[in-house]
Amino acid sequence: MPLYSPEVYIKKNVAALQEYSILSGRAIADIFSPPRYWADIFTQMDSIGVGSMPIIILTGFFTGCVLALQSVTALQQFGAVSKTGSLVSLSMIKELGPVLTGLMVSGRNAAGMASEIGSMKVTEQLDAMRALGTDPIRKLVTPRLIATVFMLFFLTIISDAVGIAGGAMVSVALLGLNASSYLHTSYQSLIYGDVVQGLTKPIFSGFIIATVGCYCGMKTTGGTQGVGRATTQAVVVSSVLIIVVDFLVTRVMIGIFGS
Amino acid sequence: MTEAIPSTSAAPVELLDNTPVVEFKDVTITFDVKPVLQNISFCVERGQTLMILGPAGCGKSVLLKLANGLLGPDAGSIKIFGKEITTMPERDLYQLRAHIGMVFQESALFDSLNVEDNVAYRLHEERVSEDESHQRVVEALKFVELEQAIAKYPSELSGGMRRRVSIARAIISSPDLILYDSPTGGLDPITSTTIIELVMKQRDVSHTTSLVVTHRLQDAFVLATHRYDAAKGMVPIPKDGPDHGIDPGIKFLMLNEGSIVFHGTTQELVRSEDPWIKEYLS
Repeated sequence: MPLYSPEVYIKKNVAALQEYSILSGRAIADIFSPPRYWADIFTQMDSIGVGSMPIIILTGFFTGCVLALQSVTALQQFGAVSKTGSLVSLSMIKELGPVLTGLMVSGRNAAGMASEIGSMKVTEQLDAMRALGTDPIRKLVTPRLIATVFMLFFLTIISDAVGIAGGAMVSVALLGLNASSYLHTSYQSLIYGDVVQGLTKPIFSGFIIATVGCYCGMKTTGGTQGVGRATTQAVVVSSVLIIVVDFLVTRVMIGIFGS
Repeated sequence: MTEAIPSTSAAPVELLDNTPVVEFKDVTITFDVKPVLQNISFCVERGQTLMILGPAGCGKSVLLKLANGLLGPDAGSIKIFGKEITTMPERDLYQLRAHIGMVFQESALFDSLNVEDNVAYRLHEERVSEDESHQRVVEALKFVELEQAIAKYPSELSGGMRRRVSIARAIISSPDLILYDSPTGGLDPITSTTIIELVMKQRDVSHTTSLVVTHRLQDAFVLATHRYDAAKGMVPIPKDGPDHGIDPGIKFLMLNEGSIVFHGTTQELVRSEDPWIKEYLS
């Protein structure tokens, strides 16, 4: 890895942040003006949304299962085993559902976007696209942005639902809890603010996944090795940003809705 | 073999008399700290072909990308069809590029699209109907003698076939200017001759202004000394004719280390006494 002076390092990173902001801004602005690539939007929705369903269902389900198992041990000490449903649903809806879905989709799709667009960049296909009169941001980034934000929202809802179902299965089948009581406490403990918090996070995560994945792809240099580097960078940066933004959104939501 | 090239949906560019199609004035571009092109100035008139020669890494491809607005210079002025493109908004550049065809060094075909969709890419963007688009694709593929490959994907094509598809994609809208970036690079001599014949055919049938980057001298001289004949294909220009065996519409631009070392006609190039040029030509 080359060594840079602090000045060069800072300038490089500030320039990258500036380029990322311009790319994101243009991708958003392109939503509001024609031409719009509907076919690309639906293709991406299928690839990102439907394609991610199996991993989201599996992750969500087993997270709910393990959450129920772990929480019962702690709740038994306070004689509050009946609150298992409440704990699982609150954890899934407010935190684990949105964050885990974001991280899983980031690993699958930010990497996919970076490698696909990166390959196009190193084989001059992006230049060819521009030479043929098509704006690559409008054609490649905006459809991915719309598709990721839209589909991540629904993937999170699915993840939350199967997580609660997984918790219910463990609670009833393994721990011998009452199914009606589990579902009742799950439902009763949720308030409006919890749901809003859980459904706001995927909007931010979707934005991060699409823009970081596409930015890393579009900045790829150095042939196939560069594509590999861009892919890794896209997953690392988007995953870290999802967790950081999750914290910030949680803080803001607590400020708005209380607890 | 079909000679007719489908007409473009974009109206041809109207130029005032004597306005060059391409005009570079004191153009400089630097990557990181290394100047790639320095104070480049030249003009290309309508119908002319400019052969851009020079060793690898001297900035030939960068020059073509500047001419198409894919890169912006650090200093200087670039006018295409009389319009300054260095200060032109990207949206206007996309409209201007409707009149420019470009053949990339490694073809740059879209991997996920078949040959028909690659060639028709611009037509699909312009919302041309499927029937008309298909008809024009077939005609463009006939021009490059590749109509049998219409349903294939780029990964199923050889290097030469990919280059021919790339040419078909560039000419489908009958552009007023074509930029060829090393069209024969990495190809065997026989395939290279086929590609050069296509470049010549486009030049002599449609009289399109062209910038041809190459590092193969023989390609440049074949283009300068031959003409395309519909019946016989590539034929030498008669030495006892009015043009003395050389196409008067061809000019040469030689680059070395980011600067112009020669700009002139074929005769001026071969008669040059510059030691570097003599060594390069030998």
